[in-house]
Amino acid sequence: MPATLYRPLEQLSAVDQPKLATVLGVADLCKSYAHIVAVERISFSVHRNEIVGLLGPNGAGKTTTINMILGVLAPTSGSIRIGGIDVTKRRSQALARTNFAAVYATLPGNLTVAQNLRFFGLIYGVADLTRRIETLLDQFDLRRLRNTRCGVLSSGEQTRVALAKALLNRPQLLLLDEPTASLDPAAAQGVREQIRGLAREQDCGILWTSHNMYEVEEVCDRVLFLSHGRILLEGDPRTLPREHGVRSLEELFIQLAREPLDATREAAK
Amino acid sequence: MRLRPIAGIFLRQLYLFRSSPVRILPTFAWVAIDIVVWGFLTRYLNTVAGTQINFVPSLLGAVLFWDFFTRIMQGVTTAFFEDVWSRNFLNLFATPLSISEYVTGLVLTSIVTSIAGLAVMLVLATVVFGLSFGALGLMLFPFILVLFLFGIALGVFASAIVLRLGPASEWLVWPMPAMLSPFVGVYYPLATLPAWMRAVGHLLPPSYVFEGMRALVHGEPFSGTALLLGGGLALLEMLLAGYFFARVFRYTVRTGLLARYSAESVG
Repeated sequence: MPATLYRPLEQLSAVDQPKLATVLGVADLCKSYAHIVAVERISFSVHRNEIVGLLGPNGAGKTTTINMILGVLAPTSGSIRIGGIDVTKRRSQALARTNFAAVYATLPGNLTVAQNLRFFGLIYGVADLTRRIETLLDQFDLRRLRNTRCGVLSSGEQTRVALAKALLNRPQLLLLDEPTASLDPAAAQGVREQIRGLAREQDCGILWTSHNMYEVEEVCDRVLFLSHGRILLEGDPRTLPREHGVRSLEELFIQLAREPLDATREAAK
Repeated sequence: MRLRPIAGIFLRQLYLFRSSPVRILPTFAWVAIDIVVWGFLTRYLNTVAGTQINFVPSLLGAVLFWDFFTRIMQGVTTAFFEDVWSRNFLNLFATPLSISEYVTGLVLTSIVTSIAGLAVMLVLATVVFGLSFGALGLMLFPFILVLFLFGIALGVFASAIVLRLGPASEWLVWPMPAMLSPFVGVYYPLATLPAWMRAVGHLLPPSYVFEGMRALVHGEPFSGTALLLGGGLALLEMLLAGYFFARVFRYTVRTGLLARYSAESVG
């Protein structure tokens, strides 16, 4: 794919993004290690009621970006603001406005569903915690599992518990790192419906990573393509393939993922 | 510092204790076994020595103090290890929880488990083996306070080591109290030690407790200044341990160690 195919990010941001309240603002974010640049000057935002897909091949920098937003990895430079609060300077206040669920961050398996929700609810300082837990147990159909240890739950059940935990503090920003990765198609469909409902009804913005392009088309309002630590493309997942002369989002993904590093750098300029 | 997150850290440990006898048993079992073994040993030594020396207050009292210190230290590290074993760091530190709240929660857990262990030791040592703290009088409380502060300091320091070096370094932590015991003179005066070991001992607050305890039990002059020095050292070392933990935490956030902690790395 020629580099000229990509639309400059700045133009897209100005023209295509709706003027909504920004729940996540990332500006010139970099993360480099001794000999590796994992994330290189990326900037993007997530708005209220919006689901943004963060896409890219393995090693593109998606999880590194999410870890920096969650405050568990310090950026080399750049800024991250959640609800207008800088994560580096006011960590606790910023992180109180967010939450996350990731397939690689399972909740302690030696605590029951209800115990995990109470433990994390206290840490997030959730008001009226008992009622909030009951609401979430109903919302995610977990009532019959409330006294079951999380370690013995099925993948689908664990995902539902992780989502319930992620909503405990009614986050303005929800980060979901491959939330349907270990689910069967029916369970994944259920989770997608729930998450779309959350963005619509709970006034939060969602940053979602997935390798399932059909899922991304179905769920995301906007996608960001990340490769070699840089954002190459941004746009509507339903119109992007046509705009770039390919048949599907998956085809576009494969083409972008195969771009060599030099072409990626050229394209991102 | 907010109270609810601290309560959360404590409650999590309480849930684990409540649901697992395997966790409750060591809180009492090892210290009880120690008291029983040393109780009988002191009885035997008393029969050998005749009526000239009573080994119960000096030896059994020392064992009780040392086990209390060890329980305090391990109370902190074991609570920390629960997060290592359940790979919970990402969930835990991607929250508004501050490091001081987290460490305070660990310390609170340690206080409760250690007091439970201390109660069992006291009952066994006093009722079964006739240990009396009469000779120590009110000095018992500052002695316990110094051991408590240093136990917290060592526990926090050891947790920072494991955070920095990875889960396998847990094996460095368990023998730490045993490695310190020769230097602090649990069972013998510091004067017994060679000069270099004595110098190390003077940096360790429990040395002042055991020296003071022996002086009181044997009716020798007791230096309150030395105990104050021990207390000051313990407080200083506790603050330094907290600072060290915070420094290590910032290092793991900067280098990415925290985010990939379960991948177990030393570097």
